[in-house]
Amino acid sequence: MAVVDQQSGDSVKTSADSQSQGAKTTWFERVPAIYWLLALVLLIMPVMASDFALYQIFGWSFILGMIALSLMFLAGYGGMVSIVQMTIAALAGYMLAIIGDSAITEISLGWPWWISIPLALLIAMIFGTLTGALAVRTDGIYTIMITLAIASAFFYFTRQNYVLFNGFSGFNGVLAPNLFGIDWRNPVPFYYLTLFWATVSYLVVLYISRAPFGLALQGVRDNARRMAALGYNVNAHRIAAYTFAALIAGLGGILLTWQSTQISPGTAGIGPVIDILVIAVIGGMTRPIGPFIGAFIYVILKTFAIDILVSLGLSGDRFQLLIGLCFLLIVFFSPDGILGLWDRMRAYQKRDPLRDQMGEAP
Amino acid sequence: MRRFIEQRPIWSVILFCLAAVLIWMIFAVWPQWLTSLIGRKKIFLNALFNGITLGGLYFLVASGFTLIFGLMRNVNLAHGSLYLLGGYIGYGVASSTGYWILAFPVSFFVVGAFGVLLQFFVFRRMEGQDLRQTLVTIGISIVMADLMLWIWGGDFYNINPPSWLSGPIETFFITGVKRSTGEFIFMKYPIVRLVILAASVVIGFGMWLLLNRTQIGMMIRAGVDDRDMLSATGARIQLVFVGVFAFGAGLAGLAGVVGGTFQSIAPGEDIRFLLASLVVVIVGGMGSITGAAIGAALIGLAEQFGSVYLPTYAVVVTFVIMVAVLAFRPQGIMGKA
Repeated sequence: MAVVDQQSGDSVKTSADSQSQGAKTTWFERVPAIYWLLALVLLIMPVMASDFALYQIFGWSFILGMIALSLMFLAGYGGMVSIVQMTIAALAGYMLAIIGDSAITEISLGWPWWISIPLALLIAMIFGTLTGALAVRTDGIYTIMITLAIASAFFYFTRQNYVLFNGFSGFNGVLAPNLFGIDWRNPVPFYYLTLFWATVSYLVVLYISRAPFGLALQGVRDNARRMAALGYNVNAHRIAAYTFAALIAGLGGILLTWQSTQISPGTAGIGPVIDILVIAVIGGMTRPIGPFIGAFIYVILKTFAIDILVSLGLSGDRFQLLIGLCFLLIVFFSPDGILGLWDRMRAYQKRDPLRDQMGEAP
Repeated sequence: MRRFIEQRPIWSVILFCLAAVLIWMIFAVWPQWLTSLIGRKKIFLNALFNGITLGGLYFLVASGFTLIFGLMRNVNLAHGSLYLLGGYIGYGVASSTGYWILAFPVSFFVVGAFGVLLQFFVFRRMEGQDLRQTLVTIGISIVMADLMLWIWGGDFYNINPPSWLSGPIETFFITGVKRSTGEFIFMKYPIVRLVILAASVVIGFGMWLLLNRTQIGMMIRAGVDDRDMLSATGARIQLVFVGVFAFGAGLAGLAGVVGGTFQSIAPGEDIRFLLASLVVVIVGGMGSITGAAIGAALIGLAEQFGSVYLPTYAVVVTFVIMVAVLAFRPQGIMGKA
């Protein structure tokens, strides 16, 4: 916990630095060139990549990245590691299938998209708020345990409930609507759809992290007692963070349901729920870009694990072993994930050999 | 006990009334209206016994977890994997040597030794970093689950108890009266489950004695309350840590053999028992053995009664108990505020 705090403290400091440096420049000059390059590459990706890569690799990475981003927001800025984000995403997916259209016509209400999507997001946010209200009664590692227990209760409940959640098989045939004359199920539109929402949620999280609410939340993370003494309602800030994170996770859940065209208890099983944590940790929980990096690595590993394993002389079933070992190595050697490695590399390059301390440039 | 009665007289009366009703329901011959209300007494008694024996199993798993957490603040999310490992080792020993009883010490010591390795190579390196420990143990449990799946496959294993323990035994609990002759019908219950229940009660009592009546127990309790002060008084705290970790891990291994005898061992059981011990410990209170016992009994009973009387919502009953405890007593029933 302490390591995360310290690192994000640093990142807040550096962002403040860059703001003070760029006070006279326009906003697009303040964004590093590498981000513009990345945006350009992502925008013209459909020219280069195959349909499979667009739909299965990039689309899936953006979706998992969004769900992991909601965890990053809670953990990185709020200091609350909530395992329940995938569950919230799955709940939004379930609500979409129940309120909207699916192949299970006995349960699905078949209402139009402009009712089903907002309603699904609203229910996901209510669920997230309730979970938050429960989880903020304790803190630190207890939060992990409680959210894990809630996540597994949801999994077992959806698996046993046939009236509303259709039990083990869940819902299939949940298709993206045919809007504005575009079939959003096709790889290229779906790619842009996921890219758009991932970018929006990334920018919103970035904005909130610098807005008064986000700064107060970071204050609560660093010293809850002092913030309470300053007159902030600590628990209200934490619960509001859960609500906001639930919105992002819910969006991710709807996209995930469209991507796989189905939703079932397995979507929010214990494995996928933990995978979101793995993704966020591999990427790094200090900045909002981390979860997307983590998701991309996870998806690449998951897609090509069989080839990697076969080339190592193992059978393709050992995917979990590979991802588990990657996770272990990263947590063991760089608790801040890939972003932590990157920061350390930058600090190492900037190091003045005449000084002792790392990164303390004159 | 007396303080509780003095402080909360109304709650004590309610609890006593509930206990009296429960005792009456266990021993009396049920009148017709009760049977028509909640079904036959045999079902009720079976759910009660299954719940208590399941609670005994949960207690074995959760007490190690809570002991480790209470003393070292280590959240060992690989505890379920230790349980499963113990089960597989116990199966291997029992089926190769033919002695069921041998599976218990072997599992206890092998898994305990594994726990020592974990403490030595993982937890000692990151002392005081809660989140990192938690994440590392999640990683370890993912890797262990896949390694065990690799070695033992996805099959279900049952550890068979010896012949003198198999089969049911007639207990002295009355389930009903024969219409024709007026004789009482007594409940039959698998003997192995009763033995396991007795064993877990004995282990629990032994732990209580160890913690409350010995020098080592005194050191452990002092460590739970204030670790730094204990090490300042010259106690060799690292040794205590290793010992407690080995003991807690060993208990999980032992519980694996019990679980393999009583149910079965298969991939996925590790998560199930990890979650069960999490809920038990959240309900009972972190670091308290008594709390673990109360929580385990409560959760075991809730699961069994839930699956008998509310078949689809058995999980929800467990969950509601957890939510209620969190809402009214966030530190758990026996936890310290």
